[in-house]
Amino acid sequence: MLTQVAWRNVWRSKVRSLVVITAISLGLIAGIFLMSFSWGMNTQRTRDIIETRTSHIQIHQKHYKDDRKMSLFIPQGMKLLDEVKTEPEVKAATARILANGMISNARGGFGVQINGIIPEEEAKVTKLDTRVVAGEYFEGLKTNPILIGDKLAEKMGWKEIPEPGVKNEDGSPAQPTYQIRKKVVLAFQAPGGKTKYGSFKVVGVYKSINSKFDESNVFVQFEDLNRLTGTENQAHEIAIMLNDQNMAEDSTFLASLAAGNPQLLVENWKDISPDLKLIDETFAITVYIFMGIILLALLFGIVNTMLMAVMERTKELGMLMAIGMNKDKIFSMIMLETIFLSTIGGPIGLLLGYGLVRLFGNIGIDLSSMAEAGAQMGIGTMVYTDLETHYYFQIALMVVVTALIAAIYPAYKALQLKPVEAIRSI
Amino acid sequence: MSVIITKNIYKTYPGVVPVHAVNGVSIDITEGEFTAIVGPSGSGKTTLLNIIGGLDKPTSGEVIVNNQDISQLSNNELIDFRLHNIGFVFQAYNLIPVLTAKENVEFVMLLQKRAKEERDNRVAELLDAVGLGDRMNNRPSQMSGGQQQRVAVARALAPKPKFVLADEPTANLDSTSTSNLLDIMAELNRKENITFVFSTHDQRVIDRARRVITLEDGKIVSDVTRE
Ligand SMILES: Nc1ncnc2c1ncn2[C@@H]1O[C@H](COP(=O)(O)OP(=O)(O)O)[C@@H](O)[C@H]1O
Ligand SMILES: [Mg+2]
Repeated sequence: MLTQVAWRNVWRSKVRSLVVITAISLGLIAGIFLMSFSWGMNTQRTRDIIETRTSHIQIHQKHYKDDRKMSLFIPQGMKLLDEVKTEPEVKAATARILANGMISNARGGFGVQINGIIPEEEAKVTKLDTRVVAGEYFEGLKTNPILIGDKLAEKMGWKEIPEPGVKNEDGSPAQPTYQIRKKVVLAFQAPGGKTKYGSFKVVGVYKSINSKFDESNVFVQFEDLNRLTGTENQAHEIAIMLNDQNMAEDSTFLASLAAGNPQLLVENWKDISPDLKLIDETFAITVYIFMGIILLALLFGIVNTMLMAVMERTKELGMLMAIGMNKDKIFSMIMLETIFLSTIGGPIGLLLGYGLVRLFGNIGIDLSSMAEAGAQMGIGTMVYTDLETHYYFQIALMVVVTALIAAIYPAYKALQLKPVEAIRSI
Repeated sequence: MSVIITKNIYKTYPGVVPVHAVNGVSIDITEGEFTAIVGPSGSGKTTLLNIIGGLDKPTSGEVIVNNQDISQLSNNELIDFRLHNIGFVFQAYNLIPVLTAKENVEFVMLLQKRAKEERDNRVAELLDAVGLGDRMNNRPSQMSGGQQQRVAVARALAPKPKFVLADEPTANLDSTSTSNLLDIMAELNRKENITFVFSTHDQRVIDRARRVITLEDGKIVSDVTRE
């Protein structure tokens, strides 16, 4: 009976209750959507960074990363690479020789990291070939080809950006054009301190989602850089993609690799990019804080509405106490009423929020108008919303807790009424 | 047998000028009475009824209802006492707006934890007695003021109280509804020997009472029983 009365009481002020229910639903939808958007952005960013930069695993000589001395090669690097490749959990692996140096043309010199890569293997690990926007991916040039980034090409004066509004024949906006097959000179310090110079020819231009990276990384062939350094088959870095990203943290093979080779540093993507790890691990807390703020705002709305409902019904509540409804029952009735009011919006908000997340998880949200800003932060132009299922349950639980908290004060207020005073005003 | 005895009760509201709302009232009401408490506005009728009904406590004096001194009861005990011993009819706001006539009458019996069958029978019987057998499923907003007060009388009787207290039950009613309600109360009093104590300042209502206690400034100035 109490339940029935409480339920019907919710609908006494239909408009007022609907406003509260709508506010709760909208709050949840907005919260869920924003969370899923930010999660989608994070997973995409994480995936992009793994796929283009960190890979799942990297191996270096133990001290290489301390000051990037060129002499700190991975001992027997190519043998290790062959071993790694035979592991079933490894999808692809490649080796790199790295040098910090300068690239120069007539315009001037620019500081870059020179990456000596094995083109076919690199393509399997970082899909570098797919980011070539002009020229070829190490094809068509016999000696010393080099792949430079879009931003660097621009600085070197080899990129032509069309006037805004210029269209191709088919009506699509005109794309930038690049000059390739240009000569550059690379300079770097080889182990032993001697500065080495090499003449290279631009075979192509690549463009990733991170313009900073494009500006400061050039790619040459593994053997070319080795030859220039005066070494043979030496590598600083082995990058590995696994079949399953989750394996990066608990692969027994990698654990044994690290244990068996104390002179090596074996890192997974979270070790390599601590900010990715932080985002991954703090996301849950963000969800709770974020939803907590939304629910706190809603809490005040609910309490306010219920206080109004209690105050309006002073006489009725006084009458109920007069005819013999005890305090427990009055308290329960108002509690139930608040809980009904607060939780009706919950499933609606969760369901609509879920629907929205699924929808934009499929079609994606196009951020290309913000692409320039995104490129600075390393974010792609399409974001696919995503939120793990357990968050929905946790949000539902938070709604229930909010409802319970919101219910206490109005119910307590109702108990403060004295039947004589309430009745007197009749 | 006495159902209500007050012994020299006082109720004083403190203030710059203390108000002696009830000023030494001793009354004795026996079972089966049909009694009006009359007097001008402010004479203390509501205060007296509230004290008798256990809604308010006297500043001093004793209130014995059904041989029990209710001034000794705690607030929670009083709620329970009211539920089982006293039926109330107020001037307005008697009913729960979201419940139908039937549910309103049934509500107090539910509070008393009466069995379903007993509830159903009694609700039907009472609504018939107040002439609203055909209005069982109407909500208060779908009934006239007079009909609502009749539901309130049925509700007051549902828990089988020792007596019914009604504070100006006809104050908001037109004369037809007033005499209608009085007819029903009088009939319940005669046929079922239910004790009614009601306050009023309406002469037509006073004329229907068998005993008339007149208050002035919180004091009894006359107490007349007609045959
Ligand atoms: N809560 C209160 N505080 C102070 N004075 C009150 C209060 N309730 C009633 N009174 C005063 O007590 C007197 C009796 O009031 P009441 O019992 O309501 O009379 P009646 O019902 O006959 O009109 C009045 O003078 C009224 O102003
Ligand atoms: Mg009064």
